[in-house]
Amino acid sequence: MPYFTGEESKARAGVAAGDTAGRGAFARMLDSDIWYSFRHSPLTIGAAIVSLILVLAALFAPIVAPHDPFDPASISIMDSFYPPVWSADGQSGFLLGTDDQGRDVLSTILYGMRISLAVGFASVLLAMMLGVTLGLVAGYVGGVTDTIIMRIADVQLTFPAILTALLIDGVARALAGPQAYDEIVFGVLVLAIGLSFWVQYARTVRGSVLVEANKEYVLAARLIGLRPVTIMFRHVLPNVLGPVLVIATINLALAIITEATLSFLGVGVPSTQPSLGTLIRIGNDYLFSGEWWITIFPGITLAILALAVNLLGDWLRDALNPKLR
Amino acid sequence: MFAFAIRRLIQAAGVMLVVALISFLMFRFVGDPVNQLVGVDTTPEQRAQLREDLGLNDPVYVQFARFVGKAARFDFGISYQIKQPVAQLIASRLPATLELSFVSAIFALLVGLPMGVYTGLYRDTLLSRLFLAISLVGISLPTFLIGILLIFIFSVNLGWLPSFGRGETVSIGGFWTTGLLTRSGLVSLILPAITLGLFQMTLIMRLVRGEMLEVLRTDYIKFARARGLSRRAINFGHALKNTLVPVITITGLQIGSIIAFSIITETVFQWPGMGLLFLQAVQNVDIPIMAAYLLLIAFLFTLINFIVDLLYVAVDPRIRLGGTAG
Amino acid sequence: MTPTLSVRNLRVEIPTRHGALTAIDDLSFDIAPGEVLGVVGESGAGKSITGSAIIGLLDPPGRVAGGEILLGSQRIDNLSPAAMRGIRGNRIGMIFQDPLTSLNPLYRIGDQLTETILTHERLSPKAAADKAERLLIEVGIPAAGARLSSYPHQFSGGMRQRVVIALALAADPELIIADEPTTALDVSVQAQIIALLKRLCRDRGTSVMLITHDMGVIAETADRVCVLYAGRLAEIGAVRNVVKHPQHPYTRGLMAAIPSLIGDPDEKLEQIPGSMPRLGAIPDGCAFNPRCTFRFDRCPAERPGIYETSASRASCFLLDPTGKPPPAETAARAVAAGIEVRAVPAGASL
Repeated sequence: MPYFTGEESKARAGVAAGDTAGRGAFARMLDSDIWYSFRHSPLTIGAAIVSLILVLAALFAPIVAPHDPFDPASISIMDSFYPPVWSADGQSGFLLGTDDQGRDVLSTILYGMRISLAVGFASVLLAMMLGVTLGLVAGYVGGVTDTIIMRIADVQLTFPAILTALLIDGVARALAGPQAYDEIVFGVLVLAIGLSFWVQYARTVRGSVLVEANKEYVLAARLIGLRPVTIMFRHVLPNVLGPVLVIATINLALAIITEATLSFLGVGVPSTQPSLGTLIRIGNDYLFSGEWWITIFPGITLAILALAVNLLGDWLRDALNPKLR
Repeated sequence: MFAFAIRRLIQAAGVMLVVALISFLMFRFVGDPVNQLVGVDTTPEQRAQLREDLGLNDPVYVQFARFVGKAARFDFGISYQIKQPVAQLIASRLPATLELSFVSAIFALLVGLPMGVYTGLYRDTLLSRLFLAISLVGISLPTFLIGILLIFIFSVNLGWLPSFGRGETVSIGGFWTTGLLTRSGLVSLILPAITLGLFQMTLIMRLVRGEMLEVLRTDYIKFARARGLSRRAINFGHALKNTLVPVITITGLQIGSIIAFSIITETVFQWPGMGLLFLQAVQNVDIPIMAAYLLLIAFLFTLINFIVDLLYVAVDPRIRLGGTAG
Repeated sequence: MTPTLSVRNLRVEIPTRHGALTAIDDLSFDIAPGEVLGVVGESGAGKSITGSAIIGLLDPPGRVAGGEILLGSQRIDNLSPAAMRGIRGNRIGMIFQDPLTSLNPLYRIGDQLTETILTHERLSPKAAADKAERLLIEVGIPAAGARLSSYPHQFSGGMRQRVVIALALAADPELIIADEPTTALDVSVQAQIIALLKRLCRDRGTSVMLITHDMGVIAETADRVCVLYAGRLAEIGAVRNVVKHPQHPYTRGLMAAIPSLIGDPDEKLEQIPGSMPRLGAIPDGCAFNPRCTFRFDRCPAERPGIYETSASRASCFLLDPTGKPPPAETAARAVAAGIEVRAVPAGASL
């Protein structure tokens, strides 16, 4: 199997080369404009720290959270509607108070954020993979394939993402039936949100491919007989990673917001496993009767999370696009 | 100009046809229309008869043609859940949504445009930074959260403004109800309109700012400076006019997305519009309403797109007049 | 006679995060009334920045960090923005490189003209419109009256540059700064535009600072020429002297690189080895020294001043009558090349 060994040794050489290049890249990164603009923007540093704390808190929710809100043994209906600890009626064990079922609000927020972030990351990943692949194909293959993909993108752009997501959700609901739907709800959400956001990647990548494909290094790669797929992924893709990363970061905030919105509208995550949006919807019913903390604290958490991610996305966009500075 | 309009119309028709196809596929193949319409005690014979009556045994393209033909006459069938004609349901809800969307769009434009111009011209002032911070918060806060916060502050705590419904409405000509003519109607509109318009406002502001910065870098602005024109003439004559071309496009397109986004606002404020109807349809798997809503939104979007294209032509002489020299 | 424009020891800096770059360093020149001064140099030599600095439109963060600029006897580099607006377009007109982008596409030609006229002159709208039409006729636009209501995209490139010239002349300025006015145009149109500019300015007694990298244009149009290298003055003098008897080795290389129609077609054009340094990496001493074939030990060590010769003034140690002289061999080569070597090496007889 000489062919494979050849490929393998090439791959190994690639890894080794990538390694040294990686270290070089790290040193270069420290000296780069991006790193410079990061260090000189306190707001961005703050956003990065907040994002990191929130992601870590969500990741380690079972360790960090004072209570397990989904363990029936540990929650008691007797504890319901305690206000935050600094109010007159606050209970010391419940920092941000408790909800209608006696669950600790802080703990439900931590667990809820976990679900929000998981759905957010998964749907961004889906949208990115779909969009980048379709963009590469459309740009590189061209012709009818390109026309079809970009026409679909045009039609989808006619609708706001939230509407697309709602429709996909509604169709999935109809096809699956209520019981089955609850089991696949996370998959449906990721699919619905992911399919709503692929267009931007596809357009950006396609545009870059059209520019890059005519450059000499791609022609050179073709001349030495590299396969189109290899050229696309090894030579063209790295050049479009910057814009894709920017879109992905901004999309992460959007995906989290979209998931929260769907859950708030009652077509997202069920209340047995609440995300931030579900928590806000549940708490919204008690806003008028005075138990504001049940909805306001998850709301603030969601806002801070989205804001921090958006700030990072904004900074990344400006840093990668020197024209805007 | 005329050829341009025709070409646009054909494109719009193409988009509408694709959406109609999606809508039809949903209508026809997601769930069985017969099962949705009849009770459990209906015999198989009756079901077969109904299937024949509804034309569900015809070839799919015949069914699609019939679907399009009916849709063109605003016949979208009967709601599975509410058992009323969909067209009637939507017609009764349309005024509420359109009024809300329209007022929100005006609000977004009236506030967003000046803020965008200001932050574009005076990049580094304190007020600019404040506006930018507000815009970032506006983009990061989900619409429904803004609505809840506004209700919490102005309805629950201060008790100034109503938190749900349209207030008192007046019927005009029997087919349109308006809340714009009564005090309670107007008061009820404030919070929902702000909630719905805030996101678009920040979008317009950021767009105007970006365009303004872009235009201020162009050669003709530098040349205008070199001719000694006043700041005012440069900023508000030359720069703003050139900024407005893309701003008109985007703002127009935003009107469509305002209508779609009203789903969220209507839910928060229990606003009796199309969005609320659609959301209930999604929750209850009421496919005819979903299909009709999809078609209607697509129609509004393409219509607005078309108008925006024509407006664009009116503003930009390069398209309006064409070139007479190379 | 007071010069129309006098630039004294101008220094322009561009602050960056690695410290300030010096884009223009200790540059001085005058432009006499009615005179056409050509400014030449490679891209990045500081030609356009000099023009922008004079008219007060340096792109931020660039700034004038030293020296002074006098228009007539008035100092203009420290004026308030409002006062400077009264100078721009009124006493100094500017013409940019690309007529396709210099005109606002959404405004009619006539509106852009009357707007400029009314900014600087107290006229009725009617009188301004009449003047606008006269200007268009002067710059040779056919059917000028009807063309006032046309948009820029309805004109060809050459016609647009005529409109731009009309705009620059609208308030009868004392000085026109023309920044590569023909670079973006077809070759066939370039000569017409240059001839038009020259005629209009001669008729009005307007001084011109003509920025270009085209020595042919300079030779045909300018009275004097100023050669820039890396933001510094290399040589300045009457055009025929500088073209025929360049004194700075850089100018010499520049002239030798121009193809000539007369003479041997097989003769190889000379080229200057290497390229002009980036602003951040200007060598010590004379900026040109790493590329110079006459370099000697003094060149990388000290900054040369400006030295008078019979043909021009130039910044090269070969022309310095004081200080350490070059080795005899170098001096001999320089003399053979037509350079008036002033620094006589010890023991050499010239």
